[in-house]
Amino acid sequence: MNEPIRIKSAIESPLGLLAELTHVCPLGCPYCSNPLELDARASELDTAAWLRIFSQAAELGVLQVHLSGGEPAARRDLTEIVAHCARLSLYTNLITSGIGLSEAGVARLSEARLDHVQLSIQDCEEESADRIAGYKGAFAKKLQVARWVVATGIPLTINAVIHRANVQRATGMVQMAIELGARRVEIAHTQYYGWGLKNRAQLMPSREEADAAWSEVEALRAKVEGKIVVDHVAPDYHARTPKPCMGGWGRRTLNISPTGKALPCHAAESVPGLEFWNAREHSLAEIWEKSPAFNAFRGTEWMREPCRSCEWREVDFGGCRCQALALLGDARATDPACHLSPRHAMMADIARRDSAPLGAAAYAYRRMEKMR
Amino acid sequence: MSAGEEISGEARPRLPRGVRLKFDEARGGTVLLAPERVVRADAVAVAILERCDGTRTLNKLVEELCEVYKGDAKRIEADVRALLADLAAKRMLDL
Ligand code: SF4
Ligand code: SF4
Repeated sequence: MNEPIRIKSAIESPLGLLAELTHVCPLGCPYCSNPLELDARASELDTAAWLRIFSQAAELGVLQVHLSGGEPAARRDLTEIVAHCARLSLYTNLITSGIGLSEAGVARLSEARLDHVQLSIQDCEEESADRIAGYKGAFAKKLQVARWVVATGIPLTINAVIHRANVQRATGMVQMAIELGARRVEIAHTQYYGWGLKNRAQLMPSREEADAAWSEVEALRAKVEGKIVVDHVAPDYHARTPKPCMGGWGRRTLNISPTGKALPCHAAESVPGLEFWNAREHSLAEIWEKSPAFNAFRGTEWMREPCRSCEWREVDFGGCRCQALALLGDARATDPACHLSPRHAMMADIARRDSAPLGAAAYAYRRMEKMR
Repeated sequence: MSAGEEISGEARPRLPRGVRLKFDEARGGTVLLAPERVVRADAVAVAILERCDGTRTLNKLVEELCEVYKGDAKRIEADVRALLADLAAKRMLDL
């Protein structure tokens, strides 16, 4: 065992569904990968629509659902959704900031048989953490939530996004996760999509800082084995090889946006010309097999050189489409994070420029427009 | 338990909450579901993990498997220990 599942044909069933239940979130993290145009509450799917989507997902072969956002606890029907998924025997993963959860609320989620909680932290130092989140008291609240979760016995993952303001304390955040009783910790260097891309010049650490953080966490990983699992996401702009796009576009997972749009990935809406279908109008099975957006970059047929003839094409699938688009203006190009891309040098150039010392510039906090 | 330590024969291995076996109808076979992980479990792994419910000791578990599989007890014990140690290191099993 421990063999990751291998998918034979291109259109085999998805393993995971990421449900962005809402874009509402009390925090304003400047690295958020949500789109700049957030969906308003009034346009969200209602409870019945979500329950139908999860039923269809189970039928399609989805094994794990990730309840995300925004802040999923901002939905009043969260417990109902979890209970429904549990009845379908779907594995439920709640991805939360913790804000908006009460002790009684956590107990209700536990009774509804929630399988796993992933709680974000912004830093291991209170003042810095609250400043990054743009929310006074967020840090203290998160500590409370972590304790409530651990007390119920639901396994806890702590998730920390690494950037300029906390890059010196990456190992501190692993230690904090251990102290909180987490079984798993994700140390993820910022991926620059949505708000993160907008704030890139505020977030980018220097190459030296990123490298130091990387090796410190790697050194700690071995020491804490058996205590906590460390999942480490590399800094893209300093990498030689691209990240495999979600294990392949339209291959393992799908996202449903708060309004029901089915996306191959959270950033896919940034790619112009893609036609997305809505789960209000189509079944998930139909969307997965037939919708133009899912078929656009499926497999390797769409590739150009150097990807097309590259031996890695079935491993990383040419890297990230959304990044190729954001940086090169061409979603079909090789992800510039790859050292084989003719434009690879631009990554280091951007990183160098954007990690320059800051003047008076401040974060553009993730906020919703009042009226849309 | 930390890495490298021998698991005691008296330990009572248990799949913690949030780690569970599931029959995978769409693709066939059984999978072990855990936080951000989906791993295939072959028939032997399933036989072992189904017995990791916190009631049996490791010794008892090996004894039961020897009856079912009629194999060499030493080998079976080694297989069981290897699987359990691996999962414990990944925090997918409590001892
Ligand atoms: S295209 Fe990029 S942003 Fe989209 S899923 Fe793939 S890696 Fe992620
Ligand atoms: S050239 Fe394309 S397929 Fe080859 S490693 Fe780079 S991104 Fe991957």
